Amino acid sequence: MAATASAAGMTLDTFPKYLLLNAQRFGKRPAMRHKDYGIWQSWNWAEQLAEIRAFALGMQAAGLKKGDRVAIIGANRPRLYWSFAAVQSLGAVPVPVYGDAVAEEMAYVLDHAGVRFAIVQDQEQVDKIQSFSDRIPGLTDIIYDEPRGLADYDPIGLHSFADVKARGEAILAADHAAAARWELNIREASGSDISVMLYTSGTTGRSKGVMISAEGAVRAALDTATFDSLTEADSVLAYLPLAWVGDHYLNYAQGYVSGFCVNCPESPETVAQNMREIAPTFYFAPPRVFESMLTNVTIRMEDAGWIKRKMFDAFIAVARRHGEAILEGRPVSITGRIAYALGNFAVYGPLKNVLGLSGIRVAYTAGEAIGEDLFSFFRSLGINLKQLYGQTEAFLYVTCQVDGAVRSDTVGPAAPNVDIRIGDNGEVLFRSPGMFAGYFKQDEQTAATLTSDGYIRTGDAGFFEKDGQLRIIDRAKDVGKLRNGKLFAPKYIENALKFFPNVKEAVAFGDGREFGAAFINIDMTAVGNWAERNNIAYASYQELASLPQVYDLIAAHVDETNRRLAREPMMAGGQIKRFLVLHKELDADDGELTRTMKVRRSFVAERFAPLIEALYNGSSEQFIETEMTYEDGRKGVIRATVRIADAKTYAPQATEGGLAA
Amino acid sequence: MNVHAMNTQSQSPDDGIRAGDLLMDVRNVSLRFGGVNAITDISFNVRKGEIRAIIGPNGAGKTSMLNVINGFYTPQEGTIMFRGKERRGMKPHHAVRQGIARTFQNVALFKGMSTLDNIMTGRSVFMKRNLLWQMLWHGPALTEEIEHREKVEEIIDFLEIQHIRSTLVGKLPYGLQKRVELGRALAMEPSLLLLDEPMAGMNLEEKEDMSRFILDVNRQRGTTIALIEHDMGVVMDLSDRVVVLDYGKKIADGVPDAVKSNPQVIDAYLGVEH
Repeated sequence: MAATASAAGMTLDTFPKYLLLNAQRFGKRPAMRHKDYGIWQSWNWAEQLAEIRAFALGMQAAGLKKGDRVAIIGANRPRLYWSFAAVQSLGAVPVPVYGDAVAEEMAYVLDHAGVRFAIVQDQEQVDKIQSFSDRIPGLTDIIYDEPRGLADYDPIGLHSFADVKARGEAILAADHAAAARWELNIREASGSDISVMLYTSGTTGRSKGVMISAEGAVRAALDTATFDSLTEADSVLAYLPLAWVGDHYLNYAQGYVSGFCVNCPESPETVAQNMREIAPTFYFAPPRVFESMLTNVTIRMEDAGWIKRKMFDAFIAVARRHGEAILEGRPVSITGRIAYALGNFAVYGPLKNVLGLSGIRVAYTAGEAIGEDLFSFFRSLGINLKQLYGQTEAFLYVTCQVDGAVRSDTVGPAAPNVDIRIGDNGEVLFRSPGMFAGYFKQDEQTAATLTSDGYIRTGDAGFFEKDGQLRIIDRAKDVGKLRNGKLFAPKYIENALKFFPNVKEAVAFGDGREFGAAFINIDMTAVGNWAERNNIAYASYQELASLPQVYDLIAAHVDETNRRLAREPMMAGGQIKRFLVLHKELDADDGELTRTMKVRRSFVAERFAPLIEALYNGSSEQFIETEMTYEDGRKGVIRATVRIADAKTYAPQATEGGLAA
Repeated sequence: MNVHAMNTQSQSPDDGIRAGDLLMDVRNVSLRFGGVNAITDISFNVRKGEIRAIIGPNGAGKTSMLNVINGFYTPQEGTIMFRGKERRGMKPHHAVRQGIARTFQNVALFKGMSTLDNIMTGRSVFMKRNLLWQMLWHGPALTEEIEHREKVEEIIDFLEIQHIRSTLVGKLPYGLQKRVELGRALAMEPSLLLLDEPMAGMNLEEKEDMSRFILDVNRQRGTTIALIEHDMGVVMDLSDRVVVLDYGKKIADGVPDAVKSNPQVIDAYLGVEH
């Protein structure tokens, strides 16, 4: 692998430099695919270079200069990915923004970043930006990819991607030196320039603009690409939100340094189908995606004939026994191997094929804790699923698990060239090659995040296990104490609850209170299916959530969770005494979740304050009225009387291990 | 080859009529079933490029009117001028050849076939190769199939139904089936598209989606649309001109705002004390 060393007379410390290199070394290899009109359209590295060059020159002609910020908004589409490199090639800074953000959130980011241009996917984003453009005078031009519906719009300050590119092509045709000048500009760019500005999802307050330097980004991407031996022969399906550090890192950054092919799905609804067609070799998905895959498989198996069901159960049992050992190259009996090979032929192979996982060489999950059962289910099928722990401020990787040393409750040792230490308050601190150059226009926040010796405070509490793997318990500031002084780690409890397929989301309360209590969101797919099977009629989420049978179902899960917590001495105090099933699904549009689908606990606590009070004052039901926001920004009110149930708690059992923080 | 580079966006066929000119003129049409007067002396016209709505209470004769336009019923009196020519006594497949396509009040798709195949059937009027060629498959028939598939893929993209391309239509929810049906009608590249209650039985979200697609079909593909609809709100928002029928007679004709304030229309919808 070409390291940061020089090639073709330049230090490879920016992504556009890799673009030039890749067009040379992998010219004929596919760089980008996009399913369009039912066919996988493909561009090789040489073609990708031509696309980017023409668009970049068009943007230059439109007035884009070094140091300008350019918002990139929309789904995973080739032209938006090209925009990153095109913008970077001119020394400007791309700022990807979540396409599904409501207008106000988007306005804040565009305003804060001070963008001059916005490159967007379609009419939806154009409309959204135009609704607040008077508040952002610096934003002069919008460039859109899909022209549909935009024909009648005022053309001033509105250009199609194709037109900008055509302008660039005209320049290239008229001026033979233009291409050379553009390339020279790339070669002379400095690695200390800012490569990208990524806005955090805002789990805690307003989102912040994380500035990543080009050199750091390239070095981090090279490290992890080497770690997982990614090459130009790999391929990925680009389906994660474009504005999330994970997508930018895993698909864009790693794609450029190792030269692999990025495949863009036809539409968000076709991701599963497209995944099957492409069979990517490198894959990342948050735990909830794996969860829904397993839920779907389980549901479909329940509908299958009994022969298939028996065969599935029998071979899955074989996989559970031997699968992980075989994956990790540990010794397995010859009969075990034969049974597994048969299972692979009859069940695992076809199953992986249906899920689009048959090509996987390396898969990661992160973002939330993953259930042990769920994790080992996929690993036992022969999928090399590992965990990583990362942050936007680190340009993703802080830790990642090494092949062969993988567990569900840890996130692995430090990633290559990353230093980690645990602060006095139990907070995880790190220093890494890709670490941020600071928050944009927020020096105070930057200073508060860094320690005096240059480590970044993650805000997460964790500790190292004996084998050197990091284990994350919770957000450092969320780890609280019950009134009796026992430790209360809400996220730990929430995760334990969420391991049940019927529980989609849980919010635990207990800091400064007498006991632990929880809100629960049921999973509509799983519980709905269960209700159908048991002939339980329901009309809506709200009705389903309030059914006594559903309460019984959830009560069993809470009981199981309490038993489990009782086995861990440090966590036993936090057992759930009372719970309720929420009458509405927590939603990012209502601010209850972040855009990356993490619960904003304090916001939820404030919003549903009467319910929390009812959890602790012993009442058996509580009326609540909640305002909710529809996708188009209109508001509605939802009213409900929510039942509150009691749960049994268990005496702590002293068993092996547990937490030794 | 990348589709982005091609310009395959199909428009409704050039029928030599400029936007705004008369596409269809219905003159004094009456239709009787035995002693029942379904339609009595109705005249109205459809201009190229507009969305024309036909509304009225239950049993007003809307669907009969559509069937007359479509050539399914032959009126006893009156004439219909389409693209400047008078026509009489016509089979539905002739109507299709002439450039009229329609959707149905109750979805009429091939439930055991995929979305793609259903929309492909809309192209069958354009298929020129005979059965023998089709059986040979390779050669001209294949070339033809590819051409038509391209058009169909454009429609799939246009209606945003990529994810159900190969799903059997019978398994789809009602709102999507309606969209597939619209797709099949579009595949015929009609100069006049007839929609029989496109929003019937839909929830609010599906209605909004459908309205958006109808507007897009009209604006982007330049297709003239005549639609029957129950939902007054939708009609008033969508259409350029509205004709109102009641008991088989025309009681109003004009732009939505004028029709809305017409006392006869209000009476017809709300009822009057006799």
